[in-house]
Amino acid sequence: MTTLETTAVQRARAIASEVTDPELPMLTLADLGVLRDVAVEDDGTIVVAITPTYSGCPAMATMRDDLVHRLTGAGFESVRVRVQLSPPWTTDWITDDGRKALADNGISPPGVAPRGPVMLSLTPTRRAIQCPQCGSGDTEVTSEFGSTACKALYRCRACGDPFDHIKEH
Amino acid sequence: MSDAHITQDTEGEHDNAYAGLLGNDAHWAFGTDFEDPLAGVDTTIPDGVDASELAQYCLMLGDDALVYAQRLSEWTSRAPDLEEDIAIANIALDLVGQARLLLARAAAADPALVPSLPEGSPVPDEDRLAYFRDAGAFRNVRLAEQPNGDFAELIARLLVMSTWRLAIFQRLVDHQDAVVAAIAAKGVKELAYHRDFAGRWFVTLARGTGESHRRLTDAMRTVWPLIPELTASTETESRVGVDPATLADEIGVVLDQVLAVAGITAPETPGLAGVRGRTGRHGMHSEALSRLLAEMQVVARAHPMGRW
Repeated sequence: MTTLETTAVQRARAIASEVTDPELPMLTLADLGVLRDVAVEDDGTIVVAITPTYSGCPAMATMRDDLVHRLTGAGFESVRVRVQLSPPWTTDWITDDGRKALADNGISPPGVAPRGPVMLSLTPTRRAIQCPQCGSGDTEVTSEFGSTACKALYRCRACGDPFDHIKEH
Repeated sequence: MSDAHITQDTEGEHDNAYAGLLGNDAHWAFGTDFEDPLAGVDTTIPDGVDASELAQYCLMLGDDALVYAQRLSEWTSRAPDLEEDIAIANIALDLVGQARLLLARAAAADPALVPSLPEGSPVPDEDRLAYFRDAGAFRNVRLAEQPNGDFAELIARLLVMSTWRLAIFQRLVDHQDAVVAAIAAKGVKELAYHRDFAGRWFVTLARGTGESHRRLTDAMRTVWPLIPELTASTETESRVGVDPATLADEIGVVLDQVLAVAGITAPETPGLAGVRGRTGRHGMHSEALSRLLAEMQVVARAHPMGRW
């Protein structure tokens, strides 16, 4: 790779890393772990790789459009976004900065994603989570599903506030 | 991308509530175009795999997800409470996502499968497969297409569907085709979550009131006869994917486990027969599928040149 190309990739990566998630706007796609790669092809095309969070995540098209929009706006003439299916996205890829941004914005960050054999669980998922509003650990799940594919709905018994939790995935 | 933005003259801008949302490069409110769900994914057929058979297999798994997701989405606004309404819609969304990837994979493997539309139609391949095939071309199992019953029927069917599909996907994570393997690896996490949701509700209904117990028992009598079809071998599945017959034991163990905790017994009902041995996998469906497709496909079919 020439020095010029290296500089272009670095600049493109910096710009792509600033693009935020359409549904969790306090997170960048890099913090969310969705942004997997930024590369430059021989003809100068910038190729950005993103990995879907959930199979049906409706935000993928918007992420793609936002990336293309920001990079072309920054002067890159040819930009392509490719889907990278493997390895599958996991909440373990959310960065520490991302976790802090979630908590600062009232969303409970995920714990460690389950690994190994898939077990049947007939009791509610036990998570030791703190209310992002008041910090109390006295919380209960209201629904294992929430406003977007990646969230469960919780309620704090101490302060009474409902809040979103990013489910371990 | 730009051709997908609706353009308009600026003169009437103040009269149009959408003026600030459309054709403005700074921000936009709508998805701008179809995106190939496999954009940039290597869809080369691996050595030793028959492309047309792989496509048929992806069609089967894709149709299961698509048709069942349509049934689930019919629940929207009708669930017993808002939390369950959201849960069912989320599950349907996961399945639509799986269907989209699998139908796109089927189309890439065997373009001859894809219905042809008028020259210049922008409808992408996976949508052509979803919206422009008749019931006889669908390869989903009949359990997916059954009309919705009550909430107990929803839970009983979801438990069976997610248990069965999870067992398939767990075996596909090592599939020779990297695309199928990747779709499966992603789907396993989603399906495990669906199964837990259904399993918990199953136990709750079984051990709830006399009424909820009675309804669940009734629901099992309509769902259980469709289980044998799920574990009946077909040549395509056995050759290119997972032989369904090999899943029977595992599915039985999981269902027995849930039934034991729920304190309920499986009904002694014979399997629903096919027509001269033909079932959903062969394109032999119940009348319910035609009605479901009529509703799902009517708008797309009216606009074969439509861009959404």
